[in-house]
Amino acid sequence: MKKSKITMLIGVLLLLTLYVFPLWKITLVAPQYPEPLGMNIHITHLSDGVQYNDVKNIDLLNHYIGMAHLPTEENVKKGVVEPFLEFDIFPIIIGVMVGLGLIFAFLGKSKLFLTWFIIMAILGIAGMYDFYNWLYIYGHNLDPKAILKIIDPNTGKLMGYQPPFLGYKKILNFEVYSYPQIGAYFLSLGILLSFVAYIMGKKEEKEKSVENN
Amino acid sequence: MNKIKGIIVFILAISFTIGLTSCGPNGSGNSNNGALTGSAAEKVFVAPGEYDEFYAFVSGGFSGQLAVYGLPSGRLFKVIPVFSVDGEKAYGFNEETKPMLETSYGFIPWDDAHHPDISQTNGKLDGRWVFINGNNTPRIARIDLTTFETVEIIEIPNSAGNHSSPYVTDNTEYVVAGTRFAVPVPQKDMSIDKYKGNFKGALSFIKIDPEHGSMNIEFQILMPGFDYDKAHPGRGKSHGWFFFTTYNTEEANSLLEVNASQRDKDFIAAVNWKKAEEYIKAGKFKTMKTNYAHNVYDETTHMATSTMKKEVRMLDPSELPGLVYFLPTPKSPHGCDVDPTGEYIVGSGKLSANVTVHSFTKMMNAIKEEKFDGKAYNIPILKFEDVLAGTVVQPGLGPLHTEFDNEGNAYTSFFISSEIVKWKLGTWEVIDRKPTYYSVGHLMIPGGNSQQPFGKYVLAMNKITKDRYLPTGPEVTQSAQLYDISGDKMVLLSDFPTVGEPHYAAGIPADLIKANSKKIYLLEENKHPYATKAEKDAKVVRNGKTVHIYMTTIRSHFAPDNIEGIKVGDKVYFHVTNLEQDYDVPHGIAMIGANTSELLIMPGQTETFVWEPKKAGVWPFYCTDFCSALHQEMQGYVRVSPRNSNVKLKWSLDGEAL
Repeated sequence: MKKSKITMLIGVLLLLTLYVFPLWKITLVAPQYPEPLGMNIHITHLSDGVQYNDVKNIDLLNHYIGMAHLPTEENVKKGVVEPFLEFDIFPIIIGVMVGLGLIFAFLGKSKLFLTWFIIMAILGIAGMYDFYNWLYIYGHNLDPKAILKIIDPNTGKLMGYQPPFLGYKKILNFEVYSYPQIGAYFLSLGILLSFVAYIMGKKEEKEKSVENN
Repeated sequence: MNKIKGIIVFILAISFTIGLTSCGPNGSGNSNNGALTGSAAEKVFVAPGEYDEFYAFVSGGFSGQLAVYGLPSGRLFKVIPVFSVDGEKAYGFNEETKPMLETSYGFIPWDDAHHPDISQTNGKLDGRWVFINGNNTPRIARIDLTTFETVEIIEIPNSAGNHSSPYVTDNTEYVVAGTRFAVPVPQKDMSIDKYKGNFKGALSFIKIDPEHGSMNIEFQILMPGFDYDKAHPGRGKSHGWFFFTTYNTEEANSLLEVNASQRDKDFIAAVNWKKAEEYIKAGKFKTMKTNYAHNVYDETTHMATSTMKKEVRMLDPSELPGLVYFLPTPKSPHGCDVDPTGEYIVGSGKLSANVTVHSFTKMMNAIKEEKFDGKAYNIPILKFEDVLAGTVVQPGLGPLHTEFDNEGNAYTSFFISSEIVKWKLGTWEVIDRKPTYYSVGHLMIPGGNSQQPFGKYVLAMNKITKDRYLPTGPEVTQSAQLYDISGDKMVLLSDFPTVGEPHYAAGIPADLIKANSKKIYLLEENKHPYATKAEKDAKVVRNGKTVHIYMTTIRSHFAPDNIEGIKVGDKVYFHVTNLEQDYDVPHGIAMIGANTSELLIMPGQTETFVWEPKKAGVWPFYCTDFCSALHQEMQGYVRVSPRNSNVKLKWSLDGEAL
């Protein structure tokens, strides 16, 4: 098999790790939480990031500032929050992209590799934008009956509590960290490999055409 | 008159000066040396946020509780209620723990908690459970070291004054209970004068389930009516034996301070419990009818149950050869301690100036050769000279207890001369002595009664403090003192006050316990029959005059928090489940006028209190544990209507029915 094909195949298959590993993680540290609270974000659900019950406990703390409930299975069942559509859509999109990628890898055309790369890059950016949006909505769509209503001294308006998209932010008594996790790394690597496969494929095709000539 | 006063002052001044300049034998005044005090401070200082190296479980004696301290700092972490009710934790007040204090005499809110001892595996501390005896109404309790809660109490029948207890064997096969006050067995109405020969002292062997730790009285040995004072299991080579000191072998029944102090020697009773097991297997026991309570707390139902047990298996040592031997030991021996190798049995004759040490090897030889010096109630008495390993000559006055370090040294407490004396096993020479302030009873070295002492520190537990602390009226604080024993000479590091009488303690490296300490109870594992696992399931159910409130707590509200339809004369059960699943977020609840304590409910736990409203009105309840920023808002109301009213039962949160 051609090297480009193998590379493409590996890149595509790396996407499957998203069904197992989290994409992102938000960690909260506070004086009362020397052992931090953590929340993993998967393509299908949220999971405890540091200790058992973390998501439940973060959700509980959020009510002080009037944040909406997190879209956990338990909360959806209770009817306190709408199901998070992305948790249904993302696994389908990934599934479709893996299928498409496998077909492209089988066909072995470098242009197809590039096509897949471009689609994935667009989807990736869209996904990140969606994630940012989600954080924005959570941070700003606050219950008007919230217990803690704090005015931002800079704007004179109610303070928002949007967690950082990437990196660190101090929110009230919490130090919040937000970083990609193993799923995101594998995803990026997968996308990158498809581009590498494209370059390799192009080279291989060129060599082949030279040979044929 | 004034002249006489002046002379007295002058004499006092002179004697005071002399007192200051001559600081007594062995330079005990050195403890006031400034440089030394400085390094001592460093040795006990545990910086804020840092952990202590050892846990010390210090019994509260007549407080009936067990306190948990850190060493070397002496900081108090928790007081675990064991034999006494505790309003702070609702122990003995809430419906769940009331059965823990049931006995054959009914509910008893107090006992005298003496000797904590940590479970062992292969003669080494394993940090799973602490056992502790109740002295007054004979009982043994087990504390679980994942929850630091009392989870089991077993009453000991046919005995009184359970002092020689519990003391775990090498693999926690058994703990024991003894009888300090011989009694008629079974109890009966008889003349006290007929004590001698008629009263008995039962020694109980309580088998421990190796996996779950649950206790069962495997058998009792019906001993002569002596007073069984202290006990220690054999270790290593003497594993399979148990040693009990006795006093009042005179069998006096009045003015014991004189009449029980007449004999030159009393006994250490050596009990071969492996032999006892053989006799039990062979059916050589009598089943005796009796009645005793066995109380067990279940961590999943968060409830205790009390069952009455009806019989014990009794072994008669006068009929069963090889079961018990008596080792003559001078002067009403108190402490009975076995060194880490199991060879030496130290008997501290509390009225003697010497410490007597018996040899296990010599004892076994004497038994083999049947060199007996007569019998007492048909139990063979060995010859003192045949079993004696050596004597620590004149180390001090009033030896009580001995523990061991990991370098072949023994440390004995001296009550009368108020000091700890360090001496060498085998050579019996005194190495060092340090005063205690004052009248030390027990002392404790972490692991110092096991095969693997950790050395490093000895903790002296004093009976008297007098001038050591700021005075607090006639009743002054009790106290422990920590000594560094890492060098040849002991160094006094610190004094720290204790809760109740620090009777005895068990110390263990923190690393053997701290990782196992539970943080929360899982809500999904809660099997309490009245648990409410979600707010929507909260409800109020009336059954005649009995009302059950299924209530939940979560930061920072109760659900329901408005209840109507309760009537005067109702018996209202508040079953409160703490829905929190976060570390260190307990909630409390207290109701105005309830004739009981608060509840203090850990995350995931359900507890119950009873309220019998006596007057119509609207009565508030609130959270008693400062749970969160909105703790003060965590409150609610119950409307109580007259008996004949027809106010409907309803309950709500934020105006909405649940």
